[in-house]
Amino acid sequence: MTLKLEHVEKRFGNFTAVDNVTLEIPERQMFGLLGSNGAGKTTTFRMILGLLQPSKGKISWQGEQINYETSNMIGYLPEERGLYPKLKVRDQLIYLGRLRGMKKPEIVEQLSYWLEKFNVPEYMDKKVNDLSKGNQQKIQFIASVIHQPKLLILDEPFSGLDPVNLEILKSAVLELKERGTSILFSSHRMEDVEELCEHLCILHKGKQVVHGSLQEVKRAFGKKNVVVHADYNLEELKDVPGVENFRKVPEGAELQVADEAVSQRIFERLSNKGFIRKFELEEPSLNDIFIEKVGEVYA
Amino acid sequence: MRKFWVVLFHTYTSKLRTKQFIIPTLIAAVLLLAVTNLPAIVSLFDNDEAKKVMVLDRSGELFQPLSDQLEQSTDNIQLVKTGKTEAEAREAVQNGKITGYLLLTLNKKQLPDAVYKAEKIAEQKIPGQLKTALQQVKVAMATKQLGLNPQEIATVYAPVSFEETALEKGAKTEEELDFARGAVYVLMFMLYLTVLFYGMMIAMEVATEKSSRAMEILISSVSPVKQMLGKIFGVVLLGLTQISFLCVVGASSLGFMGGFDKITQMFGMTNISGLPVSMVIYAIVFFILGYFLYATLFAMLGSLVDRVEEANQMLMPVTMMIIIAFFIAASGLGNPSSTLITVTSFIPFFAPLTMFLRVGMIAVPWWEVAISITLLVATILFFIGVGSRVYRGGVLMYGKSTSWKNIKEAFVLSKSEKI
Repeated sequence: MTLKLEHVEKRFGNFTAVDNVTLEIPERQMFGLLGSNGAGKTTTFRMILGLLQPSKGKISWQGEQINYETSNMIGYLPEERGLYPKLKVRDQLIYLGRLRGMKKPEIVEQLSYWLEKFNVPEYMDKKVNDLSKGNQQKIQFIASVIHQPKLLILDEPFSGLDPVNLEILKSAVLELKERGTSILFSSHRMEDVEELCEHLCILHKGKQVVHGSLQEVKRAFGKKNVVVHADYNLEELKDVPGVENFRKVPEGAELQVADEAVSQRIFERLSNKGFIRKFELEEPSLNDIFIEKVGEVYA
Repeated sequence: MRKFWVVLFHTYTSKLRTKQFIIPTLIAAVLLLAVTNLPAIVSLFDNDEAKKVMVLDRSGELFQPLSDQLEQSTDNIQLVKTGKTEAEAREAVQNGKITGYLLLTLNKKQLPDAVYKAEKIAEQKIPGQLKTALQQVKVAMATKQLGLNPQEIATVYAPVSFEETALEKGAKTEEELDFARGAVYVLMFMLYLTVLFYGMMIAMEVATEKSSRAMEILISSVSPVKQMLGKIFGVVLLGLTQISFLCVVGASSLGFMGGFDKITQMFGMTNISGLPVSMVIYAIVFFILGYFLYATLFAMLGSLVDRVEEANQMLMPVTMMIIIAFFIAASGLGNPSSTLITVTSFIPFFAPLTMFLRVGMIAVPWWEVAISITLLVATILFFIGVGSRVYRGGVLMYGKSTSWKNIKEAFVLSKSEKI
């Protein structure tokens, strides 16, 4: 049930949107695709769905190509949200569900289940136009999962949601994973990926700059963060060999170091200087890795 | 195949409930009721009293023959003989007591001269009828002066015998041709309206789907060809529903009112059952082919717009093409064997109208019809191929300026994609 991308490339004229991407998304796992705008995330998804053909390389799911034969097993939430504005939620979902091979009673049952889960059972007979954007997004999420897909592709599923709805949606995604759906999603919010994914890949200008499991990625990155909270000047730590980045914060300083050994040196340097309220060695955050690899700030 | 039906029925049922469908259908039904009851309606309004016209007969001998003559032809005008002066008559007109007055005199040749005065002379019917009646009075007087008897006069006025006969084998007789002209015109007009109305509906449907961005979910679950054809057939079904509804309304209205004969009389159609079967079959064939050709084009263009408001601009060239086709065909009603008609009957964009016009009105060799239909079918298949590819590419294209250049771009974008 794995989804495999092997040396996939997509060119539009002279522009290479996706360049030699190789990924493997194991069954029942959550895979995060990170990247700034224009990194090639949506193009990658469209190729996986068979909407675009790769210029080079191979994409397979369960050893076969994804096409309209397999589309009943796949769920897709496009980045651009869109539903029929004038149709009622029920009619809308019945149509979309039937296009995924479902029968009407089954659809209504599933729809009630999901509306209940999202605390909005009263939307069943409302027109999409009358719903707020965030709520439309919920409906569209339901549309992409109502047929209990084996593979779910979510393009920026968490953007534009308030914290409460964000949590509801995350729990829904986790529930689907428990039920055995492989999930591939894109985001530019690092914390979502860190929280949910076992595997991830960072795309930059179509190229795959980092990929692997979350731990692997962090381990391979090597660098760590050191947080020091103390009441005296910490500027001198800049000069400790192996300190790559120094940032002053109100309570003290945050440093990025080349490896764990450097943190020991820092600790030694500080030990005779005075009281330290906090000294902590942290794993690098995905954000740090992203900034390092992509070379630009992305929050 | 199942998904094709899902798209078809969704298109059908969701459109059936919209105002955009119900309102025009009801308007058409009302118009149809009006047309089928036209004679009754006309007589309802025409039933007013006879117009009074005062006659100031200075000759003293013209009133009676004119009055007799007028009585034979119409009861709309009531002539009143009066000895009043012109000023009094004018006042009567201004008071609205009479419609107008007629001054009758005899000229030097002892023949009638007349002046008709009314508030307005925009209305032509009354002076026209008066003039005709007076003309006959004049003819009678003049011939009497010349000493001719009534038989001799009848001989002079008898119409000349003039008959047209077509020598070509299978050509239609004059009566048939007149009838065919009427039938072809009606069918052509219906074809034109249907293609335009339903073509636009498809384009709007696709454009709405595209602009609401619902399309991207759709093409991930149904192939563009199935989607496009599902819509086109869904709208066909919608059209059939509308036409059957109107037929039922029209037929029952005619049946109840017994107005059928009156209608056929009114439009000078002698016998509607005289519509040849072959013409009906051709009408259906060209209807279907014409519809599919333009529906495919409209669906393709609809997929290229970002916003519904842009759709009209995009569709303009195709709409113009249909209008041009209609005008070419209409020009051919009087001359169905002209070169323009013959040539355009092989051009697929015009053929549904012009070839139908030809087969409806003149004898066309079967192979010419076959070539025309083959070309038409080939063009439709070609545009279904191109259309579904543009459709798929168009769905993924947003934010570019809307123009026909997008067709190429969308085509290139989906190039090498499997449909």
